[in-house]
Amino acid sequence: MRGGEAIIESLKKMGVKTIFGYPGGQTIPFYDMLYDADIDHILVRHEQCAAHAADGYARASGRVGVCLATSGPGATNLVTGIGTAYMDSSPIVAITGQVPTHLIGNDAFQEADIIGITMPIVKYSFQPKDSNLLPSIVKSSFEIASSGRPGPVLIDVPKEVQEGELTEFRDDLIETPGYNPTIKGNIRQIKKARDLIKQAKKPMILAGAGVIISNACCELKEFAQTINAPVVTSLLGKGAIDETSDLALGMLGMHGRKVSNDYINESDLLIAIGVRFSDRTTGRLDSFIPDSKVIHIDIDPAEIGKNVDVDLPIVGDAKNILSSLNKILSNYEVSSEVNNWTDMIKQKKQELLPRVTYDDVPLKPQTVIKEISEVLTPESILTTDVGQNQMWAAHFFDTQKPRKFISSGGLGTMGFGFPAAIGAKVACPDDVVVSINGDGGFLMVCQELATVKDYDIPVIAVVLENRTLGMVYQWQTLLYDGRHSQTKFKDSPDFVKLAESFGINGVRITKPGETKEALSSAIKDNEPILLNVVIDSEETLPMLPPGAGINEMIGEYKLEKDVI
Amino acid sequence: MDSKYHVISTLVEDRPGVLQKVAGMFNRRGFNIDSITVGNSEVEGLSRMVITVHADDKGLEQVTKQLNKLVDVIKIKDITQIAVKRELCLVKVSVPDEKARAEIMQYTNIFRAKILDVTEASLIIELTGDKQKINAFLSLVESYGIIRIARTGLTAMSRGV
Repeated sequence: MRGGEAIIESLKKMGVKTIFGYPGGQTIPFYDMLYDADIDHILVRHEQCAAHAADGYARASGRVGVCLATSGPGATNLVTGIGTAYMDSSPIVAITGQVPTHLIGNDAFQEADIIGITMPIVKYSFQPKDSNLLPSIVKSSFEIASSGRPGPVLIDVPKEVQEGELTEFRDDLIETPGYNPTIKGNIRQIKKARDLIKQAKKPMILAGAGVIISNACCELKEFAQTINAPVVTSLLGKGAIDETSDLALGMLGMHGRKVSNDYINESDLLIAIGVRFSDRTTGRLDSFIPDSKVIHIDIDPAEIGKNVDVDLPIVGDAKNILSSLNKILSNYEVSSEVNNWTDMIKQKKQELLPRVTYDDVPLKPQTVIKEISEVLTPESILTTDVGQNQMWAAHFFDTQKPRKFISSGGLGTMGFGFPAAIGAKVACPDDVVVSINGDGGFLMVCQELATVKDYDIPVIAVVLENRTLGMVYQWQTLLYDGRHSQTKFKDSPDFVKLAESFGINGVRITKPGETKEALSSAIKDNEPILLNVVIDSEETLPMLPPGAGINEMIGEYKLEKDVI
Repeated sequence: MDSKYHVISTLVEDRPGVLQKVAGMFNRRGFNIDSITVGNSEVEGLSRMVITVHADDKGLEQVTKQLNKLVDVIKIKDITQIAVKRELCLVKVSVPDEKARAEIMQYTNIFRAKILDVTEASLIIELTGDKQKINAFLSLVESYGIIRIARTGLTAMSRGV
């Protein structure tokens, strides 16, 4: 068995059925071995999309996503995708070809120090110098990528290591004595948490991606119901709780729901689970929850106290800790003060529901999101790109289940949404997958229309066309005197013809009702399709200006109850 | 909060790129390393890094946690209060005349330093001690003309067992 075959064998042993990649000079041996292997390979049209697809695959399924690129430019093209996965704690394994060991350091053709380049954005990396080590390295990479706080792992394989014969196939885990993620929460801390919860009169829960990653959504629901506390989420926490349920208030933060942003500062106890208190979630820190005690549950001790001072940290896996909390709270009786608080919040939630009903032309993005949500079931997966399209989706779409809202949060990578949808569809072929894009971000990755055509991956790409780089345009409108520097397109491609040139159907949508109709028939047809939705370029989303506190939103927050 | 000087002793895997990871983490998180020394430890396959850094309490907590997060880092200890600290310094001093030579040699004796090389116009002196001692010696011989300084950076070890 040769090195490349050992990688394939090891991937299969880890349960991998599909990898996303793009061949090149230094991976020719590996691709030759892949030729006969019974593992699917999806040829993307840009390496960055291989990484995003692997990431989308991982987020939709909870399994490790795998991407593959050649040395040099192939590897550097993965960097944005690896960085995206790192910031959002997504488990991917990136395999790159490298020039033969004896040439490393000689500035050989297509040589790049990808280990060095990615060092700050991977959880770990390997550069095997011996083919015999490959099975252990692949297995360890999966273990490191998926355990603790997940993240990307890179394996940089020199060409001759791909070709070298193994003397035996041994896949013992590589010893990493410095890596021992804490899973079980400290019981003393958990008891203290119970005491703080008992004392609280206005508790609130902030749920983040950690809840989804640890598959703790049932435990979260039970916990929230037990202590009758309203739940807000971070962007990536969408889906941690059913957003149509009473206790869920929706997203918090720069473009958060008004009820979340307005009332979080009134809480006297914030129970934060699997969040890292990003600046986009908290607004200005010194005016964030000034009167609240904070319980912070996270698997990564480095997140505790990094941004927000914490009264009670509990390090460990969210599922484990929430189960323990639920156990010791089994006879918990909610006080009347807490009931009053939560009733008041539920009432406010209804009053402050954002307006989604419009019949304007050009279309309001709210209408588009509303129509999409009317067609999709709770099982459907929505991926977003980055910018206004993302915030419209996050704000107006109620996510009901975990792993159904997929978005680049930390790195905020434009061009993420469409390839991530490809990965999600491959991981969950039975679920409808819709990606919401802007016309800016989609053009960064539109070549992947070729991929979905080639492999007949029926993802639905919604391209919201406002002929601007909307988010920056909005900042310029609101904060820079309307000086729209380099954010207005003079011209746009015909997205329908673009799709058709790839052999994919495109539909142009300009009026209310058409999104719903086109989406319904696209789901029925089960083929890849592009929905080119022309929207109002002047529509802005209320926001926290930089440096503002969480309850200091600017821009008019239109309410559904005011619709006449 | 007050920024203080801390000595952190770290046990790490002896693997390629570990120094780069540790140094890169400090840089990325906005902390300045005063000095870093690396060498074999008492355990085969593990190295000990002694890092000195300026940070306030919150910064130090972040540094420690971020270091711990690196897979290759096995153990970390802040030994600022409990450590013996030593640095080695080589200094080449120019010797303008015989009187200067005598004076420098006298200082060398007082500081328990060693002379490693003598030429007509210069001396190389080896000096071991904590930072203050080395700085004191350097300022004494400065007036004769320092030609070159090479310092190892601080290494340290906690007292007792």
